[in-house]
Amino acid sequence: MPLPPLVEPADELTIDEVRRYSRHLIIPDVGMVGQKRLKNAKVLVVGAGGLGSPALLYLAAAGVGTLGVVDFDTVDESNLQRQVIHGQSDIGKPKAVSAKESVAEVNPYVEVVLHEERLDEDNVLRIFEPYDLILDGTDNFATRYLVNDAAVLLGKPYVWGSIYRFEGQVSVFWAEHGPQYRDLYPEPPPPGMVPSCAEGGVLGVLCASIGSIMVTEAIKLITGIGEPLLGRLMVYDALEMSYRTLKLRKDPAGEPITGLLGDYEAFCGAVSEEASEAVKGSTISVTQLEQWIKERENGERDFVIVDVREPNEYEINKIPTAVLIPKGEFLNGSALEKLPQDKQVVLHCKTGVRSAETLAILKGAGFADAVHVGGGVAAWVNQIDPSQPAY
Amino acid sequence: MSVSVRIPTILRTYTDGAAEVTADPGDGATLADLLETLDQSYPGLKGRVLDDSGNLRRFVNVYVGDEDVRFAEGLATPTPAGASVSVIPAVAGGC
Repeated sequence: MPLPPLVEPADELTIDEVRRYSRHLIIPDVGMVGQKRLKNAKVLVVGAGGLGSPALLYLAAAGVGTLGVVDFDTVDESNLQRQVIHGQSDIGKPKAVSAKESVAEVNPYVEVVLHEERLDEDNVLRIFEPYDLILDGTDNFATRYLVNDAAVLLGKPYVWGSIYRFEGQVSVFWAEHGPQYRDLYPEPPPPGMVPSCAEGGVLGVLCASIGSIMVTEAIKLITGIGEPLLGRLMVYDALEMSYRTLKLRKDPAGEPITGLLGDYEAFCGAVSEEASEAVKGSTISVTQLEQWIKERENGERDFVIVDVREPNEYEINKIPTAVLIPKGEFLNGSALEKLPQDKQVVLHCKTGVRSAETLAILKGAGFADAVHVGGGVAAWVNQIDPSQPAY
Repeated sequence: MSVSVRIPTILRTYTDGAAEVTADPGDGATLADLLETLDQSYPGLKGRVLDDSGNLRRFVNVYVGDEDVRFAEGLATPTPAGASVSVIPAVAGGC
Protein backbone atom coordinates (compact mmCIF):
# COMPACT_ATOMS: atom_id res chain seq x y z
CA MET A 1 0.00 0.00 0.00
CA PRO A 2 1.69 3.26 -1.09
CA LEU A 3 1.60 6.05 1.48
CA PRO A 4 1.34 9.81 0.88
CA PRO A 5 4.64 11.72 1.09
CA LEU A 6 5.66 12.36 4.68
CA VAL A 7 7.15 15.80 4.05
CA GLU A 8 5.99 18.87 2.12
CA PRO A 9 8.47 20.16 -0.49
CA ALA A 10 10.83 23.03 0.36
CA ASP A 11 10.23 26.23 -1.59
CA GLU A 12 13.22 25.82 -3.86
CA LEU A 13 16.60 24.30 -4.51
CA THR A 14 19.59 26.57 -5.05
CA ILE A 15 21.67 26.29 -8.21
CA ASP A 16 24.37 24.53 -6.21
CA GLU A 17 21.83 22.03 -4.91
CA VAL A 18 20.47 21.37 -8.39
CA ARG A 19 23.99 20.56 -9.57
CA ARG A 20 24.68 18.36 -6.54
CA TYR A 21 21.46 16.36 -6.73
CA SER A 22 21.20 16.11 -10.52
CA ARG A 23 21.29 12.28 -10.53
CA HIS A 24 18.23 12.28 -8.30
CA LEU A 25 16.49 15.06 -10.21
CA ILE A 26 16.55 13.15 -13.48
CA ILE A 27 14.83 10.11 -11.94
CA PRO A 28 11.17 10.72 -12.78
CA ASP A 29 9.93 9.26 -9.46
CA VAL A 30 12.08 11.63 -7.41
CA GLY A 31 12.47 14.72 -9.58
CA MET A 32 12.54 18.29 -8.35
CA VAL A 33 9.58 17.85 -6.01
CA GLY A 34 11.03 14.72 -4.36
CA GLN A 35 14.38 16.41 -3.82
CA LYS A 36 12.61 19.42 -2.27
CA ARG A 37 10.82 17.05 0.10
CA LEU A 38 14.18 15.58 1.13
CA LYS A 39 15.52 19.10 1.68
CA ASN A 40 12.62 19.90 3.98
CA ALA A 41 12.84 16.58 5.87
CA LYS A 42 13.98 16.26 9.47
CA VAL A 43 15.27 12.77 10.25
CA LEU A 44 16.52 11.59 13.63
CA VAL A 45 19.06 8.77 13.77
CA VAL A 46 19.24 7.03 17.14
CA GLY A 47 22.76 5.70 17.57
CA ALA A 48 25.79 6.77 15.46
CA GLY A 49 27.14 3.23 15.56
CA GLY A 50 27.04 0.29 13.18
CA LEU A 51 23.70 1.05 11.52
CA GLY A 52 23.76 4.79 12.20
CA SER A 53 27.10 5.25 10.41
CA PRO A 54 26.09 4.25 6.87
CA ALA A 55 22.57 5.59 7.46
CA LEU A 56 23.80 9.09 8.34
CA LEU A 57 26.28 9.18 5.45
CA TYR A 58 23.66 8.21 2.86
CA LEU A 59 20.90 10.39 4.32
CA ALA A 60 23.33 13.30 4.20
CA ALA A 61 24.46 12.55 0.66
CA ALA A 62 20.82 12.23 -0.44
CA GLY A 63 20.15 15.78 0.73
CA VAL A 64 17.99 15.29 3.82
CA GLY A 65 17.93 18.86 5.11
CA THR A 66 18.09 18.24 8.86
CA LEU A 67 19.71 15.26 10.53
CA GLY A 68 19.48 14.66 14.27
CA VAL A 69 21.97 12.35 15.95
CA VAL A 70 21.38 10.77 19.36
CA ASP A 71 24.54 9.30 20.86
CA PHE A 72 26.33 9.70 24.18
CA ASP A 73 29.21 7.31 23.44
CA THR A 74 32.77 8.02 22.31
CA VAL A 75 34.62 6.46 19.37
CA ASP A 76 36.60 3.35 20.28
CA GLU A 77 39.19 1.56 18.15
CA SER A 78 36.97 -1.54 18.03
CA ASN A 79 34.20 0.53 16.38
CA LEU A 80 36.22 1.25 13.24
CA GLN A 81 35.75 -2.23 11.71
CA ARG A 82 32.18 -1.21 10.83
CA GLN A 83 31.30 2.33 11.94
CA VAL A 84 32.50 3.99 8.75
CA ILE A 85 31.38 7.50 9.68
CA HIS A 86 34.24 7.58 12.22
CA GLY A 87 37.97 7.41 11.44
CA GLN A 88 41.30 6.80 13.14
CA SER A 89 41.68 10.43 14.24
CA ASP A 90 38.23 10.33 15.88
CA ILE A 91 39.17 7.77 18.54
CA GLY A 92 38.15 9.17 21.92
CA LYS A 93 35.90 11.83 20.37
CA PRO A 94 32.13 11.86 21.04
CA LYS A 95 30.47 9.85 18.27
CA ALA A 96 27.88 12.57 17.74
CA VAL A 97 30.61 15.17 17.10
CA SER A 98 32.57 12.83 14.84
CA ALA A 99 29.39 12.06 12.87
CA LYS A 100 28.63 15.75 12.46
CA GLU A 101 32.11 16.42 11.07
CA SER A 102 31.80 13.57 8.56
CA VAL A 103 28.37 14.72 7.45
CA ALA A 104 29.68 18.27 6.93
CA GLU A 105 32.35 16.84 4.64
CA VAL A 106 29.85 14.73 2.66
CA ASN A 107 27.25 17.48 2.30
CA PRO A 108 27.65 20.99 3.74
CA TYR A 109 23.99 21.79 2.99
CA VAL A 110 22.78 19.45 5.73
CA GLU A 111 22.06 20.87 9.15
CA VAL A 112 23.10 18.46 11.91
CA VAL A 113 21.52 18.64 15.37
CA LEU A 114 23.32 16.77 18.13
CA HIS A 115 21.61 15.13 21.09
CA GLU A 116 24.54 13.96 23.20
CA GLU A 117 22.49 12.20 25.82
CA ARG A 118 21.24 8.75 26.62
CA LEU A 119 17.69 8.37 25.34
CA ASP A 120 15.36 7.75 28.28
CA GLU A 121 11.76 8.05 29.45
CA ASP A 122 12.26 11.70 30.40
CA ASN A 123 13.79 13.07 27.20
CA VAL A 124 12.54 10.84 24.38
CA LEU A 125 9.33 12.72 23.58
CA ARG A 126 11.10 16.08 23.63
CA ILE A 127 13.91 14.80 21.39
CA PHE A 128 11.61 13.05 18.88
CA GLU A 129 9.00 15.82 18.64
CA PRO A 130 10.59 18.05 15.94
CA TYR A 131 11.40 15.18 13.55
CA ASP A 132 9.38 13.74 10.68
CA LEU A 133 10.95 10.29 10.81
CA ILE A 134 13.18 8.26 13.10
CA LEU A 135 15.80 5.63 12.30
CA ASP A 136 16.43 3.17 15.10
CA GLY A 137 19.88 1.59 15.05
CA THR A 138 20.46 1.12 18.76
CA ASP A 139 21.99 -1.91 20.43
CA ASN A 140 19.68 -2.96 23.25
CA PHE A 141 16.09 -4.00 23.83
CA ALA A 142 15.32 -1.29 26.41
CA THR A 143 15.98 1.47 23.86
CA ARG A 144 14.17 -0.48 21.11
CA TYR A 145 10.94 -0.55 23.14
CA LEU A 146 11.43 3.05 24.27
CA VAL A 147 11.81 4.24 20.66
CA ASN A 148 8.76 2.28 19.60
CA ASP A 149 6.49 3.49 22.34
CA ALA A 150 7.53 7.12 21.89
CA ALA A 151 7.01 6.88 18.11
CA VAL A 152 3.54 5.38 18.64
CA LEU A 153 2.59 8.10 21.15
CA LEU A 154 3.78 10.86 18.81
CA GLY A 155 2.23 9.23 15.73
CA LYS A 156 5.58 9.15 13.94
CA PRO A 157 6.88 6.49 11.57
CA TYR A 158 10.23 4.88 12.15
CA VAL A 159 12.60 2.61 10.32
CA TRP A 160 13.92 -0.23 12.41
CA GLY A 161 16.96 -2.40 11.74
CA SER A 162 18.90 -4.95 13.73
CA ILE A 163 22.00 -7.02 13.06
CA TYR A 164 23.82 -10.04 14.43
CA ARG A 165 26.85 -11.78 12.87
CA PHE A 166 25.73 -12.37 9.25
CA GLU A 167 22.02 -11.75 9.67
CA GLY A 168 19.87 -8.66 9.70
CA GLN A 169 16.23 -7.69 10.06
CA VAL A 170 14.58 -4.48 8.81
CA SER A 171 11.07 -3.08 8.91
CA VAL A 172 9.08 0.14 8.99
CA PHE A 173 6.76 0.66 11.93
CA TRP A 174 3.97 3.22 11.96
CA ALA A 175 1.04 2.47 14.22
CA GLU A 176 -1.30 4.85 12.37
CA HIS A 177 -0.89 2.97 9.10
CA GLY A 178 0.25 -0.52 10.08
CA PRO A 179 2.06 -2.59 12.65
CA GLN A 180 4.42 -1.33 15.35
CA TYR A 181 7.30 -3.17 17.01
CA ARG A 182 5.18 -4.70 19.76
CA ASP A 183 3.02 -6.35 17.09
CA LEU A 184 6.16 -8.16 15.98
CA TYR A 185 7.67 -8.86 19.39
CA PRO A 186 5.20 -8.14 22.21
CA GLU A 187 7.83 -8.69 24.90
CA PRO A 188 11.63 -8.63 25.05
CA PRO A 189 13.51 -11.89 25.60
CA PRO A 190 14.66 -12.57 29.14
CA PRO A 191 18.12 -11.21 29.87
CA GLY A 192 20.98 -13.41 28.75
CA MET A 193 18.96 -15.34 26.18
CA VAL A 194 19.78 -13.23 23.13
CA PRO A 195 23.40 -12.12 22.72
CA SER A 196 24.20 -8.60 21.52
CA CYS A 197 26.70 -7.96 18.75
CA ALA A 198 29.18 -6.83 21.41
CA GLU A 199 29.00 -10.42 22.68
CA GLY A 200 28.46 -12.37 19.48
CA GLY A 201 30.14 -10.18 16.90
CA VAL A 202 28.91 -8.66 13.68
CA LEU A 203 30.28 -8.68 10.15
CA GLY A 204 31.24 -5.05 9.56
CA VAL A 205 29.74 -4.73 6.11
CA LEU A 206 26.42 -6.15 7.35
CA CYS A 207 25.87 -2.69 8.83
CA ALA A 208 25.96 -1.25 5.32
CA SER A 209 23.62 -3.94 3.95
CA ILE A 210 21.00 -3.22 6.57
CA GLY A 211 21.72 0.50 6.98
CA SER A 212 21.29 1.07 3.25
CA ILE A 213 17.88 -0.64 3.29
CA MET A 214 16.92 1.61 6.19
CA VAL A 215 17.89 4.73 4.22
CA THR A 216 16.09 3.47 1.12
CA GLU A 217 12.92 3.13 3.19
CA ALA A 218 13.44 6.58 4.73
CA ILE A 219 13.74 8.19 1.29
CA LYS A 220 10.65 6.34 0.06
CA LEU A 221 8.60 7.48 3.05
CA ILE A 222 9.74 11.11 2.79
CA THR A 223 9.03 11.36 -0.91
CA GLY A 224 6.00 9.04 -0.97
CA ILE A 225 7.33 6.70 -3.67
CA GLY A 226 7.22 2.94 -3.98
CA GLU A 227 5.99 0.29 -1.58
CA PRO A 228 7.14 0.94 1.95
CA LEU A 229 8.35 -1.95 4.10
CA LEU A 230 5.48 -1.21 6.49
CA GLY A 231 3.74 -4.47 7.37
CA ARG A 232 6.65 -6.56 6.12
CA LEU A 233 9.81 -7.82 7.81
CA MET A 234 12.92 -8.12 5.66
CA VAL A 235 15.32 -10.83 6.80
CA TYR A 236 18.77 -10.80 5.20
CA ASP A 237 21.31 -13.61 5.44
CA ALA A 238 24.74 -12.58 4.14
CA LEU A 239 26.15 -16.11 4.05
CA GLU A 240 23.34 -17.39 1.84
CA MET A 241 22.99 -14.01 0.20
CA SER A 242 19.25 -14.23 0.58
CA TYR A 243 16.58 -11.65 1.32
CA ARG A 244 13.19 -12.87 2.50
CA THR A 245 10.18 -10.73 3.33
CA LEU A 246 7.62 -11.96 5.84
CA LYS A 247 4.19 -10.48 6.46
CA LEU A 248 3.60 -8.47 9.64
CA ARG A 249 0.21 -7.58 11.01
CA LYS A 250 -1.27 -5.60 13.83
CA ASP A 251 -1.73 -7.92 16.79
CA PRO A 252 -5.46 -7.86 17.64
CA ALA A 253 -4.59 -9.01 21.16
CA GLY A 254 -1.97 -6.26 21.56
CA GLU A 255 -2.31 -3.86 24.45
CA PRO A 256 -2.72 -0.25 23.29
CA ILE A 257 0.22 2.01 24.12
CA THR A 258 -1.16 4.90 26.17
CA GLY A 259 2.02 6.18 27.79
CA LEU A 260 5.68 5.43 28.30
CA LEU A 261 6.71 2.79 30.81
CA GLY A 262 8.34 4.09 33.96
CA ASP A 263 11.51 2.08 33.52
CA TYR A 264 12.51 0.41 30.25
CA GLU A 265 15.72 -0.98 31.74
CA ALA A 266 13.64 -2.89 34.27
CA PHE A 267 11.17 -3.99 31.56
CA CYS A 268 14.01 -5.54 29.57
CA GLY A 269 16.25 -6.42 32.49
CA ALA A 270 20.04 -6.37 32.45
CA VAL A 271 20.27 -9.74 34.18
CA SER A 272 17.55 -12.21 35.18
CA GLU A 273 16.15 -12.38 38.70
CA GLU A 274 17.79 -15.78 39.16
CA ALA A 275 21.16 -14.35 38.20
CA SER A 276 20.93 -11.28 40.40
CA GLU A 277 19.99 -13.55 43.29
CA ALA A 278 22.86 -15.96 42.53
CA VAL A 279 25.59 -13.28 42.46
CA LYS A 280 24.71 -11.84 45.89
CA GLY A 281 27.69 -12.58 48.14
CA SER A 282 29.18 -14.69 45.33
CA THR A 283 30.96 -12.06 43.26
CA ILE A 284 34.70 -11.45 43.47
CA SER A 285 36.69 -8.62 41.89
CA VAL A 286 39.64 -9.11 39.56
CA THR A 287 42.02 -7.91 42.29
CA GLN A 288 40.57 -10.54 44.62
CA LEU A 289 41.02 -13.13 41.91
CA GLU A 290 44.64 -12.09 41.42
CA GLN A 291 45.16 -12.57 45.18
CA TRP A 292 43.38 -15.95 45.09
CA ILE A 293 45.67 -17.12 42.27
CA LYS A 294 48.73 -16.19 44.38
CA GLU A 295 47.26 -18.08 47.35
CA ARG A 296 46.67 -21.09 45.14
CA GLU A 297 50.31 -20.98 43.99
CA ASN A 298 51.28 -21.07 47.68
CA GLY A 299 48.99 -24.04 48.31
CA GLU A 300 46.70 -22.00 50.55
CA ARG A 301 43.62 -22.28 48.37
CA ASP A 302 42.26 -24.47 45.59
CA PHE A 303 39.77 -23.63 42.85
CA VAL A 304 39.27 -23.86 39.10
CA ILE A 305 38.62 -20.86 36.86
CA VAL A 306 36.04 -21.49 34.13
CA ASP A 307 35.68 -19.10 31.20
CA VAL A 308 32.10 -19.31 29.86
CA ARG A 309 32.72 -17.26 26.72
CA GLU A 310 32.97 -18.63 23.15
CA PRO A 311 36.20 -20.10 21.70
CA ASN A 312 36.83 -17.08 19.45
CA GLU A 313 36.72 -14.76 22.44
CA TYR A 314 39.06 -17.03 24.40
CA GLU A 315 41.59 -16.65 21.58
CA ILE A 316 41.67 -12.87 22.04
CA ASN A 317 42.43 -12.67 25.75
CA LYS A 318 42.18 -14.86 28.84
CA ILE A 319 42.66 -15.03 32.56
CA PRO A 320 45.65 -17.34 33.29
CA THR A 321 44.76 -21.01 34.01
CA ALA A 322 41.11 -20.51 32.99
CA VAL A 323 39.54 -23.43 31.15
CA LEU A 324 36.97 -22.72 28.46
CA ILE A 325 33.45 -24.16 28.83
CA PRO A 326 31.00 -21.97 26.85
CA LYS A 327 27.75 -20.97 28.54
CA GLY A 328 25.74 -23.07 26.07
CA GLU A 329 27.19 -26.21 27.64
CA PHE A 330 25.79 -25.13 31.00
CA LEU A 331 22.40 -24.51 29.40
CA ASN A 332 22.25 -28.02 27.89
CA GLY A 333 23.78 -29.58 31.00
CA SER A 334 26.89 -31.09 29.37
CA ALA A 335 29.24 -28.74 31.28
CA LEU A 336 28.41 -30.16 34.69
CA GLU A 337 30.26 -33.43 34.18
CA LYS A 338 33.39 -31.54 33.16
CA LEU A 339 33.57 -29.65 36.45
CA PRO A 340 35.52 -30.93 39.45
CA GLN A 341 33.22 -31.81 42.35
CA ASP A 342 35.91 -31.23 45.00
CA LYS A 343 37.07 -27.75 44.04
CA GLN A 344 35.49 -24.34 44.20
CA VAL A 345 34.47 -23.05 40.75
CA VAL A 346 35.22 -19.45 39.70
CA LEU A 347 33.26 -18.37 36.61
CA HIS A 348 34.04 -15.47 34.33
CA CYS A 349 33.00 -14.11 30.93
CA LYS A 350 33.72 -10.83 29.12
CA THR A 351 31.98 -8.40 31.48
CA GLY A 352 30.14 -10.50 34.08
CA VAL A 353 26.65 -10.85 32.59
CA ARG A 354 26.95 -14.33 31.07
CA SER A 355 28.90 -15.58 34.08
CA ALA A 356 26.11 -14.31 36.37
CA GLU A 357 23.52 -16.27 34.37
CA THR A 358 25.79 -19.33 34.42
CA LEU A 359 26.31 -18.97 38.17
CA ALA A 360 22.55 -19.27 38.69
CA ILE A 361 22.57 -22.56 36.75
CA LEU A 362 25.60 -23.84 38.66
CA LYS A 363 24.16 -22.99 42.06
CA GLY A 364 20.92 -24.67 41.04
CA ALA A 365 22.99 -27.79 40.29
CA GLY A 366 24.39 -27.81 43.82
CA PHE A 367 27.70 -25.95 43.41
CA ALA A 368 26.91 -23.82 46.44
CA ASP A 369 30.34 -22.19 46.85
CA ALA A 370 30.76 -21.20 43.18
CA VAL A 371 31.48 -17.52 42.51
CA HIS A 372 31.82 -15.30 39.45
CA VAL A 373 34.21 -12.48 38.60
CA GLY A 374 32.60 -9.04 38.44
CA GLY A 375 33.68 -7.19 35.31
CA GLY A 376 35.05 -10.37 33.74
CA VAL A 377 38.13 -10.58 31.55
CA ALA A 378 37.52 -6.99 30.42
CA ALA A 379 38.26 -5.80 33.97
CA TRP A 380 41.20 -8.22 34.19
CA VAL A 381 42.81 -6.72 31.08
CA ASN A 382 42.00 -3.20 32.21
CA GLN A 383 43.24 -3.48 35.79
CA ILE A 384 45.60 -6.46 36.06
CA ASP A 385 47.12 -7.28 32.68
CA PRO A 386 46.99 -4.41 30.15
CA SER A 387 49.45 -6.32 27.93
CA GLN A 388 46.49 -8.30 26.55
CA PRO A 389 44.14 -6.78 23.97
CA ALA A 390 40.61 -5.75 24.93
CA TYR A 391 37.65 -6.21 22.56
CA MET B 1 8.34 -35.44 1.95
CA SER B 2 9.69 -33.45 4.84
CA VAL B 3 9.31 -29.92 6.17
CA SER B 4 12.24 -27.50 5.97
CA VAL B 5 12.93 -25.23 8.92
CA ARG B 6 15.03 -22.04 8.79
CA ILE B 7 17.18 -21.67 11.89
CA PRO B 8 18.25 -18.13 12.87
CA THR B 9 21.91 -17.47 13.74
CA ILE B 10 21.32 -17.26 17.49
CA LEU B 11 19.74 -20.75 17.58
CA ARG B 12 22.32 -22.48 15.38
CA THR B 13 24.20 -23.62 18.48
CA TYR B 14 21.43 -26.24 18.71
CA THR B 15 21.81 -27.41 15.10
CA ASP B 16 25.61 -27.68 14.84
CA GLY B 17 25.59 -24.44 12.91
CA ALA B 18 23.07 -25.56 10.28
CA ALA B 19 21.01 -22.68 8.85
CA GLU B 20 18.31 -25.00 7.59
CA VAL B 21 17.22 -28.39 8.91
CA THR B 22 14.51 -30.79 7.83
CA ALA B 23 12.10 -32.88 9.82
CA ASP B 24 9.38 -35.35 8.95
CA PRO B 25 6.62 -34.98 11.53
CA GLY B 26 4.23 -37.15 9.48
CA ASP B 27 0.91 -36.67 7.72
CA GLY B 28 -1.48 -34.14 9.21
CA ALA B 29 1.24 -32.78 11.49
CA THR B 30 0.95 -29.42 13.17
CA LEU B 31 3.61 -26.97 14.27
CA ALA B 32 3.48 -28.54 17.75
CA ASP B 33 4.27 -31.97 16.23
CA LEU B 34 7.05 -30.47 14.14
CA LEU B 35 8.69 -28.87 17.20
CA GLU B 36 8.52 -32.22 19.05
CA THR B 37 10.15 -34.01 16.11
CA LEU B 38 12.85 -31.33 15.84
CA ASP B 39 13.62 -31.52 19.54
CA GLN B 40 14.42 -35.23 19.15
CA SER B 41 17.20 -34.41 16.69
CA TYR B 42 18.19 -31.07 18.22
CA PRO B 43 17.60 -31.22 21.98
CA GLY B 44 16.86 -27.85 23.54
CA LEU B 45 15.59 -26.20 20.37
CA LYS B 46 11.94 -26.51 21.36
CA GLY B 47 12.64 -24.79 24.68
CA ARG B 48 13.90 -21.71 22.85
CA VAL B 49 10.63 -21.42 20.90
CA LEU B 50 8.13 -22.48 23.58
CA ASP B 51 7.99 -21.35 27.19
CA ASP B 52 7.69 -23.65 30.21
CA SER B 53 3.91 -23.82 29.78
CA GLY B 54 4.31 -24.92 26.17
CA ASN B 55 3.15 -21.63 24.62
CA LEU B 56 4.98 -19.79 21.86
CA ARG B 57 7.42 -17.34 23.41
CA ARG B 58 6.47 -13.71 22.83
CA PHE B 59 9.90 -12.71 21.51
CA VAL B 60 10.10 -15.47 18.89
CA ASN B 61 7.95 -15.61 15.79
CA VAL B 62 7.32 -18.71 13.73
CA TYR B 63 6.23 -18.48 10.13
CA VAL B 64 4.77 -21.28 8.05
CA GLY B 65 5.35 -20.08 4.52
CA ASP B 66 5.22 -16.30 4.92
CA GLU B 67 2.40 -16.33 7.49
CA ASP B 68 3.00 -15.69 11.18
CA VAL B 69 1.38 -18.63 13.01
CA ARG B 70 0.12 -16.27 15.72
CA PHE B 71 -2.34 -15.03 13.10
CA ALA B 72 -3.09 -18.56 11.88
CA GLU B 73 -3.78 -21.39 14.29
CA GLY B 74 -0.74 -21.00 16.53
CA LEU B 75 0.80 -24.33 17.46
CA ALA B 76 -2.10 -26.08 15.73
CA THR B 77 -1.12 -24.55 12.38
CA PRO B 78 -0.67 -27.38 9.86
CA THR B 79 2.88 -28.00 8.61
CA PRO B 80 2.25 -30.15 5.54
CA ALA B 81 4.99 -31.92 3.61
CA GLY B 82 7.00 -29.45 1.60
CA ALA B 83 6.15 -26.55 3.91
CA SER B 84 8.88 -24.09 4.73
CA VAL B 85 8.98 -22.93 8.33
CA SER B 86 11.00 -19.94 9.61
CA VAL B 87 11.91 -19.12 13.18
CA ILE B 88 12.50 -15.36 13.63
CA PRO B 89 13.68 -14.29 17.08
CA ALA B 90 13.98 -10.74 18.39
CA VAL B 91 17.50 -9.36 17.93
CA ALA B 92 18.44 -5.95 19.27
CA GLY B 93 21.94 -5.35 17.89
CA GLY B 94 22.65 -2.24 15.92
CA CYS B 95 26.06 -1.51 17.23
